Amino acid sequence: MHIPDGYLGPATCGVFYAVMLPIWLAASRIVKRTLKARQVPVLAIGAAFSFVIMMFNVPIPGGSTGHAVGGVLVAMLLGPWAACIAITVALVVQALLFGDGGITAIGANCFNMAFILPFAGYYLYKAISYNAPLDSNRRVIAAGIAGYVALNIAALFTGIEFGLQPLLHHTASGQALYCPYGLKVAVIAMASEHLLIFGWVEAIVTALVVKYLQKQSPELIAEKEAA
Amino acid sequence: MKLVTKLWIGLGILIILSPLGLFLPEHFKAGSAWGEWGIDEIGKLAGYVPKGLEKLASLWNAPIPDYAFRGWEDKGLGHLSLAYIVSAGLGIIIVAIVTIFIARILIKK
Repeated sequence: MHIPDGYLGPATCGVFYAVMLPIWLAASRIVKRTLKARQVPVLAIGAAFSFVIMMFNVPIPGGSTGHAVGGVLVAMLLGPWAACIAITVALVVQALLFGDGGITAIGANCFNMAFILPFAGYYLYKAISYNAPLDSNRRVIAAGIAGYVALNIAALFTGIEFGLQPLLHHTASGQALYCPYGLKVAVIAMASEHLLIFGWVEAIVTALVVKYLQKQSPELIAEKEAA
Repeated sequence: MKLVTKLWIGLGILIILSPLGLFLPEHFKAGSAWGEWGIDEIGKLAGYVPKGLEKLASLWNAPIPDYAFRGWEDKGLGHLSLAYIVSAGLGIIIVAIVTIFIARILIKK
């Protein structure tokens, strides 16, 4: 889901940087108000977890690869705004140091994976786990569903961004200048592989960690409940 | 043991296991992620290399491209795995430090 340099035209890249700027500013303001000093190590671990889980490429035999983002988990534990900052750090380090995701596409990649994904996952988890006891299975299931759906919504956005490029930028003869695949191909490709495979990876990872935390540290799961 | 310590150990295990992210796609003959093809690959898939894509693709020279050391590209999975593990460790340390740095600045009253 890391859009590389060259797949999005300058206009799209600019728009997503412009969209992310106020989101990053809002995230800073809100985290400043709500994050407690003792939560900082968990936030750092969350960012690092998201970074490394994205390295676990899962194959579709004979096809492409994909991965989980781990962002829904961070959002559930620390809130979507803190998750936005944590995932942004992971994505920027991936782009700058490892060339995973383009630098022109940092705005778009952060919009998909550091904004859409944690927010969708967070509110879905809250809705499904509403009033559930901390140690209940409903929380584990809610975490899994939130992970699955949120990764798929993020993938859908990514597919749309790819797919708009041939419409926005092409030569007089109709050759695309950036991503050469239109909406239909891009959206179907991104949606189907995440619905079939990668969404389940995010679901399992998120649910398993929640299950573990229910035993180890229920207070961590309770943290965001009061807020 | 404190929870934070346990979680760090968990991350350490993920670092060691990270080459699975190389081996599994290799074993199941899976290619690049959709939309993340290199110039040669897109040329083959689409039948041409889009002009703007060609220009922008090499915009940034990452120090450790695709979690592999420069010049090690042809050294086989063993070397690539080592580079992958080092990249995972290095990445985790940098991401954690930057996150702590940002969080400290933000919550400093």
